[in-house]
Amino acid sequence: MREVDRLTVRTLEPDPRSAALLDSARLLGFDDLAAIDVADVYFVAGALDEQVRSQLGDVLVDPLLQLGSWGDPSADGSDDGTVIEAALLPGVTDSVAATVIEVAATLGLTVDDAATGRRYVVRTSTGRALDESERERLATRLLSNAVIERVALGTIEPAFAHASTPAPVEHVEVRGLDDTALAALNRERGMALDPAELRVIADWFELAGRAPTDVELETLAQTWSEHCAHKTFRARVVLPDGSERPSLLARLREATERIDAPFVRSAFVGNAGIVSFWPGTTIAVKAETHNHPSAIEPFGGANTGVGGVIRDVMGAAHHPIATTDVLCFGPSDLAHEFLPPGVIHPQLVREGVVAGVADYGNKIGLPTVAGAVLYDPGYTANPLVFCGCIGVGLDVPPPAGPYPGDLVVVLGGRTGRDGLRGATFSSATMDATTGDVAGASVQIGDPITEKLLIDLLRDAGGCWSAITDCGAGGLSSAIGEMAEQTGADVDLALAPLKYPGLSPWEIWLSEAQERMVVAVPPASLPELARHARRHGVELTVLGTFTGDGVLRVRHGDVLVLELATDFLHDGRPQRSMPAELPSPRRNGAVPACPDPAAALLSLLAHPNIASKEAIIRRYDHEIRGTTVVRPLVGAGNDAPADGVVLAEPSGKVGIAIGHGVNPWYGVADPERMAHAVVDEALRNVVAVGADPAQVAIMDNFSWGDPRRPSTFGELVVTVDAICESSIAHGAPFVSGKDSLNNEYLGSDGERHSVPPTLVITAVAHVPDADLVVTPDLKAVGDELVLIGATSTEFGGSHLGAVLGGFDDPRDGTVPGPDARAPERYRRLHQAILTGRIRACHDLSEGGLAVALAEMAIGGRLGVDAPSLPHEDEVVALFAESTGRFVVELAPGDHEWLAESLGESVLVLGTVTATSVVRIGSCSVSLDAAMAAFGADGATWQPADATGGAR
Amino acid sequence: MSRPRALVLQAPGTNRDHDAVFALELAGADARIASLLDLADDDSPLLDAQLLVVAGGFSHADALGAGRMFALSLEHRFGDRVWAFVAAGKPVIGICNGFQTLVRAGLLPGALGHNASGGFQCEWVTLEPQQSVCVWTQDIESIDCPIAHGEGRYVHPDVAALEAAGQVALRYRRNPNGSASDIAGVCDPTGIVLGLMPHPENHVIARQHPHHVRGAGGGLGLQLFQRGVERAGAV
Repeated sequence: MREVDRLTVRTLEPDPRSAALLDSARLLGFDDLAAIDVADVYFVAGALDEQVRSQLGDVLVDPLLQLGSWGDPSADGSDDGTVIEAALLPGVTDSVAATVIEVAATLGLTVDDAATGRRYVVRTSTGRALDESERERLATRLLSNAVIERVALGTIEPAFAHASTPAPVEHVEVRGLDDTALAALNRERGMALDPAELRVIADWFELAGRAPTDVELETLAQTWSEHCAHKTFRARVVLPDGSERPSLLARLREATERIDAPFVRSAFVGNAGIVSFWPGTTIAVKAETHNHPSAIEPFGGANTGVGGVIRDVMGAAHHPIATTDVLCFGPSDLAHEFLPPGVIHPQLVREGVVAGVADYGNKIGLPTVAGAVLYDPGYTANPLVFCGCIGVGLDVPPPAGPYPGDLVVVLGGRTGRDGLRGATFSSATMDATTGDVAGASVQIGDPITEKLLIDLLRDAGGCWSAITDCGAGGLSSAIGEMAEQTGADVDLALAPLKYPGLSPWEIWLSEAQERMVVAVPPASLPELARHARRHGVELTVLGTFTGDGVLRVRHGDVLVLELATDFLHDGRPQRSMPAELPSPRRNGAVPACPDPAAALLSLLAHPNIASKEAIIRRYDHEIRGTTVVRPLVGAGNDAPADGVVLAEPSGKVGIAIGHGVNPWYGVADPERMAHAVVDEALRNVVAVGADPAQVAIMDNFSWGDPRRPSTFGELVVTVDAICESSIAHGAPFVSGKDSLNNEYLGSDGERHSVPPTLVITAVAHVPDADLVVTPDLKAVGDELVLIGATSTEFGGSHLGAVLGGFDDPRDGTVPGPDARAPERYRRLHQAILTGRIRACHDLSEGGLAVALAEMAIGGRLGVDAPSLPHEDEVVALFAESTGRFVVELAPGDHEWLAESLGESVLVLGTVTATSVVRIGSCSVSLDAAMAAFGADGATWQPADATGGAR
Repeated sequence: MSRPRALVLQAPGTNRDHDAVFALELAGADARIASLLDLADDDSPLLDAQLLVVAGGFSHADALGAGRMFALSLEHRFGDRVWAFVAAGKPVIGICNGFQTLVRAGLLPGALGHNASGGFQCEWVTLEPQQSVCVWTQDIESIDCPIAHGEGRYVHPDVAALEAAGQVALRYRRNPNGSASDIAGVCDPTGIVLGLMPHPENHVIARQHPHHVRGAGGGLGLQLFQRGVERAGAV
């Protein structure tokens, strides 16, 4: 039994975590709690005398802020409540514990090991004790997460990772098995493979004359997983009449090829799409989903989602400069009795996801700039987390290796049991037990290690001939993909481990984060090693790229995998998938709206439209000094921007980022949703000053199970429509990703799918970052002008949502594409470049009325808009027709604008000093609008408070 | 006149080092970055420098509290040279995590606790220079710049004494984080070492101002670096 000491540290002021926990406890039905006190616990293993304790205590406790006590924390009798303690499971990444060990080393003290935990003391307002089931519920649903932590009702004993005996390589017989037996094996090993795929695997080993090893089966399962192989997007599409069409991926590629944009350097290959908007620089863009991990461990899932997409950009040999996030959650106010079993409450999911995104982005030092937050009951069991990253590089030919003879080198973090089988897990359906069985599927991020990798790769460019990141599937995927053309021979026994005792398949499949694999010519190794040492990054040579087209993996003397790379990468049989195409209603219904002013305030207060400031301010969007248009703009820095703009302070040009997403349209009419979402992403970048002729887009799909023909049919029409839209706008796809099977098998036996969710990310060239435009109104007396056409389009609208207007969410007509939009955007951009557009805002959820209210909030000015674009006032105010903007112009400039656009525009009215937003007969005070929207009312007075129009 | 040599110090997780370099270069210095690992190999960049910046970020992931491990490494490995740097009258500035580090290393008074809001905050603030002994803030105008921190609530047991000693260098016009007496930045008794939570290095050109599109100008954080660089050149 080893000696373990513990130090419990409390804050002198109330710990900020306590208030947040109390709020969350209420959601779980605890109404009479008075306090949940939190303390941090450090466990230190080793023989600690008084002097060691005192020296460690001096570092771990700040006497102006904290109170520390060694030994049993209950000894002083201060804990007059229910004590619950939590500690990380052994083997879970614990960077705080690692720092404690580093502290001891720096002080010259000897400690054997360290671990951390948290101590909670829960008090009720009446002084009653919590009963057993309450303690249990609080402990497991709020105060700890069983996926990564242990919890004790009372004082917890720490656990340290210890060596286990690695399981030997296992041979699994597949030869001679019939389909039933193969299916049983598939289930037993959690491989999530199709019957046809299992058959091909069995036949291959039959021919090879041997049984596969567990390493080989795991490798095939993960390489051929939906997550890695995108089987649905590569499948032949079978239409109801029996005819076949090429795959969805082929369709997307064809659209990009047809556009043939000169700025595209690389699309649909490698880790990220690459474009070049100005000479000498390339821009890598990538967006990923991390939905399943975020559902079961929101912080870790979102955290590593951000880390993973940043590594994708690093794996495209680019230097990351910004991240984005689009998040979809269930309703925050969901009553706990409606929470499905095994599902984390949406508010706790949101808390964890936002904290996870903030933690990674803030610590790695990248601005988290653009994004969206959506709420819908369809996301309760399946929250969606879309993470994006943008990087820059020099416009030189990319390294073209690996070449035979190059070394297989791993850089970065060590390998543990983190995230085993993540790729196959994310390709399966969730149910009430998912949280229990998926424990090993969650990874914990370490942004500092990844930051060091970024710095290393920036300094050591030229030392490698190929690079990729370790994502889903870990080394198996990274090395397997790099070796596709050459083959490789690696020894897993050389991999540095977090703790000993990993079996070969665990090392090979581990999804331990913050690792990159590079192919290094032997002559370059010393230089790379020198850079790695300087940056404190661990470097390990695992083997060589061979040239014989065979992937060989050893563990010491034992050969554990030997597969031909062409079988691994091209041996999977192509799926054929039946599609039933949706028939949208498009019935022109209009929600009954007796009180437009009340409807406008309800729209501004709707969670999807209301201020996201509470989330945005937790992200550092200022670091690097490049953020020119921020996610929040205007006089009070609290009105929503359309897109964001980044520009190096030393340069003139910039990059705009915008998003389009609308799952409510998706439910009613996937085809029109797709058009609308591409158009919205385009509008968002054009509105801030980007050139619509230089826009690249990314497509990210989160859908239900595509083996249901109706679901696959939704994907088919969606892909068709985004391709049409992409071609119409001349905006090519350069990268995309699909996350399917976002379904939950409820206790009712029904499968619940997320609403069809397509996120389009537009990345665009801003030719002059000094000429950007924001939506906030600038000056009294200016005229407000509407661009674009307004029609009776309320399908999936937010007016419908706030009025509860339609009985069926598929009623109404989803806004259709406007054929004039591409031309309009090009001309509007030219108008913006003159500097005469003083404000510009795109019209989206809630239509004209919401857009004008947001502009008024941004400028802290009034609006008087008597002229409306439609005879039906409800349509004029709230329809969500695409292709529209409101712009603010100097008085009399509308004729110039109409001439510039080559089409008529509508002068809605003027900017006023009245603090009233009046649109037709709809009138609300600016104060009421701000209160509904959630702007706090304060107006920031800058140091040089001249303000006003430029 | 040659440009003063500025050194930007970095630990694992420091991430506003390049922003500081850009500000220093614009203010007329020759700036370079060195990590503690670099200095362990060769400490001449520290010995040669005329101005020292401890840059912002999340050194050691803020494990154990912001700046704690960075401060410990700095004290144990380079404490003598850093104190000699200050004793020679060469200006030192700690920004955000650098401020937290200098406080924990004992070069600046007080402590920095969790924001009153309980969480990380990123927003723009206005800083008012105070009557103080600080060489970095003499004759500067108000500054607009962002904060981006979770542990920025300044705590000091005797603010009146600190004020009387001329060590309160910068105050927030509107207190964002519950800092004692609206304090945003403090200096050591000599005025050579300044620590502040906000990021003046992120407002060194007009375009970076959030109200640039609304016609705002001025309030540059660059002023602070200009004073520091002038001082470095004069030592």
